[in-house]
Amino acid sequence: MNLQISQGRVIDPAHGVDRITDLFVADDRIAGIDNAPPGFVVDRKLDARGRIVIPGLVDIAARLREPGQEHKATIASETHAAAAAGITSLCCPPDTNPVIDSPAEVELIQQRAHAAGFCRVHTIGALTAGLKGQTLSEMAALKAAGCVGVSNALQPLANPLVLRRAMEYAASQGLTLFLHPFDHALANQGCAHEGTIATRLGLPGIPTAAETAAVGQLLALVEQTGARTHFCRLSTARAVNMVARARYDGLPISADVCAHQLFLTEQDIGGFNSLCHTLPPLRTRADLETLRKGVAHGALAVICSDHQPHEIDAKQAPFPATEAGISALETLLPLTLRLVEEDVLSLPEAIARVTSGPAEVLGIAAGTLGVNQTADICIYDPDERWQLIPKRILSHGKNTPFSGWSFTGRVTHTLLGGRIVYQVDSAS
Amino acid sequence: MTGGAVTMRPPGPLPAGIQLTPDGQLRHFLTIEGLPRALLLEILDTAESFAGVKNQAVKKVPLLRGKTIVNLFFEASTRTRTTFELAAKRLSADVLNLNINTTATVKGESLLDTLRNLEAMYTDMFVVRHADSGAAQFIARHVAPHVSVINAGDGRHAHPTQAMLDMFTIRRHKPDFSRLCVAIVGDIMHSRVARSQIHALSILGTGEVRVVGPKTLIPAEVENLGVRVFHSMADGLKDADVIMMLRLQKERMQGALLPSEHEYFQLYGLTEERLSVAKETAIVMHPGPINRGVEIGSEVADGSRSVILQQVTYGIAVRMAVMSMAIGARAGR
Amino acid sequence: MNLQVCDLVREMSEEIQKLIRAGGIERPLMVGIHTGGVWIAERLHALLGIEDPLGTLDISFYRDDFSRVGMNPRVKPSHLPLSVDGRHIILVDDVLFTGRTIRAALNEIFDYGRPARVTLAVLIERDGRELPIEARVVGHKLKLESRQHVKLSGPNPLELKIVNAPGGGGPQ
Repeated sequence: MNLQISQGRVIDPAHGVDRITDLFVADDRIAGIDNAPPGFVVDRKLDARGRIVIPGLVDIAARLREPGQEHKATIASETHAAAAAGITSLCCPPDTNPVIDSPAEVELIQQRAHAAGFCRVHTIGALTAGLKGQTLSEMAALKAAGCVGVSNALQPLANPLVLRRAMEYAASQGLTLFLHPFDHALANQGCAHEGTIATRLGLPGIPTAAETAAVGQLLALVEQTGARTHFCRLSTARAVNMVARARYDGLPISADVCAHQLFLTEQDIGGFNSLCHTLPPLRTRADLETLRKGVAHGALAVICSDHQPHEIDAKQAPFPATEAGISALETLLPLTLRLVEEDVLSLPEAIARVTSGPAEVLGIAAGTLGVNQTADICIYDPDERWQLIPKRILSHGKNTPFSGWSFTGRVTHTLLGGRIVYQVDSAS
Repeated sequence: MTGGAVTMRPPGPLPAGIQLTPDGQLRHFLTIEGLPRALLLEILDTAESFAGVKNQAVKKVPLLRGKTIVNLFFEASTRTRTTFELAAKRLSADVLNLNINTTATVKGESLLDTLRNLEAMYTDMFVVRHADSGAAQFIARHVAPHVSVINAGDGRHAHPTQAMLDMFTIRRHKPDFSRLCVAIVGDIMHSRVARSQIHALSILGTGEVRVVGPKTLIPAEVENLGVRVFHSMADGLKDADVIMMLRLQKERMQGALLPSEHEYFQLYGLTEERLSVAKETAIVMHPGPINRGVEIGSEVADGSRSVILQQVTYGIAVRMAVMSMAIGARAGR
Repeated sequence: MNLQVCDLVREMSEEIQKLIRAGGIERPLMVGIHTGGVWIAERLHALLGIEDPLGTLDISFYRDDFSRVGMNPRVKPSHLPLSVDGRHIILVDDVLFTGRTIRAALNEIFDYGRPARVTLAVLIERDGRELPIEARVVGHKLKLESRQHVKLSGPNPLELKIVNAPGGGGPQ
């Protein structure tokens, strides 16, 4: 089928495109921009006047909870939510149950995702067997099965020697490491940023040093091993500066931040709001400002959702006993657009952080609207104002702290390989 | 949290929120933080009236006759439970003691399930002790409207009745808080008592509040609660009017917080000699149970400046005041 | 209102004096009920020259309407200076209306011990009794409409006023 998306503002940061024009899709590929390719017969026309046409979003970290925690969410439910959020590729960390440490789990996830048909699902394999932090996983097999990288998620490694060897081995297989800079001993089972709020509420604190000490160690090992490493979910100002400096020095590293860290601080925990229980914890105003600068300058090339859907009970307990994480797929684009409203960065730059930026880190062909690319496209109405109501989000996890927030800009269509996988009710 | 310029909120005290009825009466007693000064004074004044009940031949009043109070203890504490039980009985309430082993909740029944079951038995008040900070708040948010919640200690967060009985004791000896220098000594980091004391002292307009201890036991940015931090007893106790010692849990010797009980006593134990830098009229307090020779020497604990046993006595009157005010506030609406 | 409280109190003290003599009462113990009753009792106590210090009762903890109106935020400590066992108590209040306050006061006194006898003295006795309670010494008797209340203000000077209360539910 040949589709013409006409007169939308097309923004493709990877190719420096930002103009009102037409986009042509032939079957599952982008066939042309501005002008139809020779012989292109339009089967269907999608009027995108007043809309913005961008590459489908690429989310570097979203928990789908399947296999193992289907009471929280499923691949079908969460990829459906992703499609509604304009996300066409997402990356699933290995801490499922069983963990993604063999090709069997990778295949299972791919099959389910394919059957659901809403969103491309990539997997990051376990760095160590069972994520236990002791012995290496069979990384070559994981790569062959399709893993885009390896990670130990939020599980600790036995010691720096395991980390060093894992980095060296992953590097020799050409796998990127996705590492969370989080020193478990320093974090000492804390559940909130070690600062005024934790002190006031009597919550066990996680010091800034739990992140910076880990970043320091990782940087030293990246320098030693040369392993291509992505730093996941930075939360502190100091860590952003350390990573920016190391990038400037030429280390093969990249880093991301989750969208909520750019809008929430420890203050939002208020009177034990368990919806603001996250790992790493929400930090201070100063940290938030520096994270935003990092996003603006590109030291943080990726904004991700760090989606963690939970069943209601997971958040219904005294704060330290609740599970960490936010259901965040459906706030990824809205919060990113809000950064533009708040003059943190330009719209094309913001779009890059959720499309070409993460695609490049993952090494996947996505996040652009180049001719012959797969036609993964997100179209949104930049003027629609709407309010987030948790029970209306599609994710099975209703655990969002952004309830009641007003956003401007709403996805109207999501195309996956040229096929419309989401269309807002009121859209023509 | 709303839309708008969401992240521009300056840090400030948390609202008293669910603790008060719309007309400002005490509905739950979860934390001292955010409560108006007048309410704290009302608790102290009401407690003064209840303090007389112990002189009666029949040491009880019929105020809460027919009411059911459940002592819901998720963390063992015979001492605190006993004072709440006695307070409830002196108010003629029926008391049910439930010691819930947290491992039992792991077996499947969630905290909310436990609450629903107890509510179904027509209880009027839960007195809650729990190892997690915020547990009392959580329970208060989820109880039926006819139930009041009193926090008998939640994690490191708050122990408001202990702090109020401390204020009661101080006021009996030194009525003008604005002229007082109060030093809180010991394990501030893990102490819900210290946090509640700091809030109570600050709301009552105490001249100066100090915390004294090694850095491993002082929580981050505690200065923002309005206290001065001292790491030496000689400086921290200088000219103090009130010295509030905290209990040091033995498990603090693990986890590299302190080297030994011996060294702790050498540095932070309260002895007559250390006490000599405080004002001559200084009183010494301790929430109990005391570790003699760890945080306090026997000669001080049993000495003339110790008001530790008075604290225990006053604790019952203060708890009677809080219980009757909370149940009464509900009645009045 | 035209009633002079001082005159009424003087008449009450004479009446009590007579009772004491007639009944052969030794060392009566006078107890006033907060707040108005204490003011009257203070004056009677002085006029009669009673040796034992005046006792005061705040019956807030013994009220029967706690479940309806809640805690009195201005509760004061009760203070009975001596053992009440075997004593003759003269219980003093400002206004006797429903009788519920006196019921509460009696309960409280009996939690302190077992007195030999309790005699009730009130400044004003009005109609509207809901309990079988009777005063032996009365300063003045009044008939009022149900929405009317008589109030004593004080302590200096002591004055009686009749006020129209909004709605039903009288005081104890």
